[in-house]
Amino acid sequence: MLETLWSNRIQCVAVVLFAVGFSTLLLHRNLFKKIIGLNIMDTATCLMLTSIGFINGRTAPIIVDGVTEAGNYVNPLPAGLVLTGIVVSVSVTAVMLALTVRLYARYHTLDLDEIYMKAKLDRDDAKKEAEE
Amino acid sequence: MKKKTTFKQWLRTWDAGAFDMTEALTEAVAGDPMPKEATEHAWKEKPVEGIEEGEIRIFTRFYPVAAAVLCTVLIGFLLLTVAKLPAFGAADAPAHNEVMQRYVEQGMEETGAVNVVAGVILDYRAFDTLGESHVLFTAATAVTILLMSLGGAVSPVETKLERNIMQKDPLLHSTVRIMVPLVIVYGIYVILNGHLGPGGGFSGGAVIGGGLILYAIAFGFDELDKILNFKVYRRIVLASLCFYSLAKCYSFFCGANHLESIFVPGTPGMIFSAGLILPLNIAVGIVVACTMYGFYSVFTRGRI
Amino acid sequence: MDLIELFLLGLLVVCGITTCLTKNLLVSLVIYMAYSVIMSIVWVLLQAPDLAITEAAVGAGVSSVLLFVTLKKLRDIRKKAEDEEKNNL
Repeated sequence: MLETLWSNRIQCVAVVLFAVGFSTLLLHRNLFKKIIGLNIMDTATCLMLTSIGFINGRTAPIIVDGVTEAGNYVNPLPAGLVLTGIVVSVSVTAVMLALTVRLYARYHTLDLDEIYMKAKLDRDDAKKEAEE
Repeated sequence: MKKKTTFKQWLRTWDAGAFDMTEALTEAVAGDPMPKEATEHAWKEKPVEGIEEGEIRIFTRFYPVAAAVLCTVLIGFLLLTVAKLPAFGAADAPAHNEVMQRYVEQGMEETGAVNVVAGVILDYRAFDTLGESHVLFTAATAVTILLMSLGGAVSPVETKLERNIMQKDPLLHSTVRIMVPLVIVYGIYVILNGHLGPGGGFSGGAVIGGGLILYAIAFGFDELDKILNFKVYRRIVLASLCFYSLAKCYSFFCGANHLESIFVPGTPGMIFSAGLILPLNIAVGIVVACTMYGFYSVFTRGRI
Repeated sequence: MDLIELFLLGLLVVCGITTCLTKNLLVSLVIYMAYSVIMSIVWVLLQAPDLAITEAAVGAGVSSVLLFVTLKKLRDIRKKAEDEEKNNL
């Protein structure tokens, strides 16, 4: 088993990075850090997919001198999928950052717990006002 | 009020596992500390009214433990899965099946693109890329909506140092003056070369967007507004997306009814070849470049 | 090839972990940029040049710039709130 893990070391690194990003996402209170953690998870997933497409001793899928034998090139499919994923991850990051800025402008903190508390208080106040 | 950090304190923080350079760095840069909310839990010191203490304590103790356990279990399971995967780089792995063979062997003949990845994402799976361009457009719209209503309320506060850098710094200005044309020309090359080599609409568009952002950082938005204001941005992006959709509608229509498309693959390796891939690359590149610049502009001053 | 790969993978893990452990947001952002660049080099080694160009432009360029600009915006908001507090006093 250790031998397989050693030969699949790139996938192991991808798994470790995924776990690092996931733990940041869960354990950090800071919204900003959570976003960076999500980005790390994203790239780790992309690394996993790309490493599955790699084949030893073959070159990138750009056809040279008209040689179209499939035995010469690595798998082009994961690269196509990941290319889409990277650009989507930027737009997701941008939307998350915009939401963070809005939250900061409202509650003046990046601490998620504190935001939660203040939102709770806000809601209670709104309820009281509605009752009155 | 300057707090001097002694070497011993630095050593202690390093020994404790977090080499925190906050003070040294902020003192050196601007004398203006970055947000520190991550490290300080303000509500612990001054409790918010209406929240019970016990609730928080149980939650704050239980949650990290549960999260750590969850992460450990997850990493264990994933590593077990990795151990069961086929060996890295093996040619007979199940991922390399007849689909890959077909794409590589017939791809150049059918799409005319030398770069098989470009052929896959802009011809075989162009619908995917169409959706992705719309995701970008939607994200730009969402960010604009979220920050535009805030834009008037928060005007950018510029410290003296920043203003000096923006207006006077000769190093920044001469570097940017040399770099920006090179960056943008490289981006255009990457877009136009998308079907012949590595690159394509996404990477080239991001490079051009980066060049525009670099220019905006150094010289401000005044010059750029003459070329790329909100009106132009709207028209360019809409035209690109509509062109993409119409072109793909046409090729789907032709393909479904077995008609001859007027976009022929041409001679692989020439710049005007590969049928629709070059115009689609340009359209995607324009959308990506405008969106990246739009993100930066909206984040900086609240509007495009 | 093997040595370079091992070195890059080690750096990748180190950068990923440091990004998450550093307390200062600015420092962790700079380390995140380094992480992105290393990732793009790893993708060159994995024979995916398209991805490498995209990641270098998007991950290390645009995405990090967005994060930086957000930090600046947060500081602006905080300064404005502090000014208002002073004015009220």
